[in-house]
Amino acid sequence: MINFQYLRTTSAKSAIALLLKDKRSKFIAGGTNLIDLMKRGVLAPEKLIDINHVPLKQIQQIGDKIHIGALASNSAVADHPLIKEKLPLLSMALQAGASAQLRNVATVGGNMLQKTRCGYFYDTEMPCNKRQPGTGCGAIEGFNRMHAIFGTSPQCIAVHPSDMCIALAALDALVVIANAKTERKIAFADFHRLPGDTPHLDHNLKPDELIIRVEIPVNALNKNVHYLKIRDRASYAFALVSVAAAFEMRDNKINTIRLAMGGVAHKPWRLTAAENFLKGKEANVQNFEEAAKLAMIGAKGFGENDFKLKLAPNAIIEALTLAKTKA
Amino acid sequence: MQSSDPNQNQGDSRRNFLKKSTIIAAVALTPSAAVKAAENGVDERFAELFEKIPLNLTVNNKAYTASVEPRVTLLDLLREELHLTGTKKGCDHGQCGACTVHVDGIRVNSCLSLAVTNEGKKITTIEGLAEGDELHPMQKAFIKHDGFQCGYCTPGQIMSAVACIKEGHANSRAEIREYMSGNICRCGAYPNIVDAIVEVKEGGAKL
Repeated sequence: MINFQYLRTTSAKSAIALLLKDKRSKFIAGGTNLIDLMKRGVLAPEKLIDINHVPLKQIQQIGDKIHIGALASNSAVADHPLIKEKLPLLSMALQAGASAQLRNVATVGGNMLQKTRCGYFYDTEMPCNKRQPGTGCGAIEGFNRMHAIFGTSPQCIAVHPSDMCIALAALDALVVIANAKTERKIAFADFHRLPGDTPHLDHNLKPDELIIRVEIPVNALNKNVHYLKIRDRASYAFALVSVAAAFEMRDNKINTIRLAMGGVAHKPWRLTAAENFLKGKEANVQNFEEAAKLAMIGAKGFGENDFKLKLAPNAIIEALTLAKTKA
Repeated sequence: MQSSDPNQNQGDSRRNFLKKSTIIAAVALTPSAAVKAAENGVDERFAELFEKIPLNLTVNNKAYTASVEPRVTLLDLLREELHLTGTKKGCDHGQCGACTVHVDGIRVNSCLSLAVTNEGKKITTIEGLAEGDELHPMQKAFIKHDGFQCGYCTPGQIMSAVACIKEGHANSRAEIREYMSGNICRCGAYPNIVDAIVEVKEGGAKL
């Protein structure tokens, strides 16, 4: 690892002020992704600003929203009674990600900012428009078994790796972001970006901003929920395809429904067409199959990942079916 | 690296040392920024590239004062500076769990933790589990159930296993397997590792 300067701070305000002083600096929280990338030479910040002592770890309900501080650890969120009771989809998604050791350290904000696990991004000898704009994409005609089938561009077919973010996208979370002067809120769905012509930009966080917390509306989606993660081994692997499914039944019909997929796009992929179709319908396999068909419109394989074109709709049907059994 | 008695109050000397080192570095570098940082309550060290950062931590109930480059991981500090080589370096990328230690009672991958971010923390390594010559119940259970072959992953497995029970995630074999998935064993001792954990959990020993 290339050496760097290390600074420590105890307030969000001073953290942002320090970041503004030097563009080559980065925040470090859990560091589970950042240190890995620094060891591999993918990132080499000249200065790390340790924000672990900034008080942003709280998990609490305020009014009709649950607030989760950006520095709450993944395991603290997953095991929190409030989250287990009111947002079980989020708890399930978090528990499906990484390992117990990593979840103990990795934070909510860091999870949102983690980089793709595309092998071409990680290998500094390889071309990658995300790591080094203009060098090309090695994956499009290369090893692309893990890669995207939705929202790709000729520049990049990498996927967003988080499980937590898939649940947060489905749950209509808001992201609260601060700069030196003010705070702003953006919809979780607008936080991450599609690659387009700027694959080096994963999200819409500006260089002088810090994630403060996420806010999740309390909803009735706490019973018929399931996070299905399909991967190469039973645990501790990134998703080939994952599905966050949650719905609320009323009079034997689906009243509210949320569906999002992971492992298929550069950002958490919300299945709006499938949601709209299922709303007001009975929760049965025929309807689930029809919804899955709608969800797959526009999907495109790149060779090694063609299997996802079949796996993804099957995963949607399975996730909905498993969510239904939890009544 | 110096070790000292944990009961000895180090607070005052540590503060003085930090104050002095900050002043010295600040004068040499950017005095106005240093004053401003102090006014804003920023614990800024003005570490020039390659400058070492003072670090205080407790490892296995022993207090240590160290001076480390920011890039040194907790794993390398333990092994190279403190010569506590029980904690193993496997993949060095958080994928195998061989480097698992407890930080303030929770299990972490020490290879993905910068030593400097552990200021003031209490670290427990595999060397800190036994009480003198009396092995920890989990160590005994691993021996009894043959929970290893080559032994390289074992310190990480045992640290993780102890945490798995303490966290309340050892209620079934399936749950144990899920919550132990961050520890890879190439010899494939998994069934015996699960046996050991089940026995310790059911034994109800205080961990």
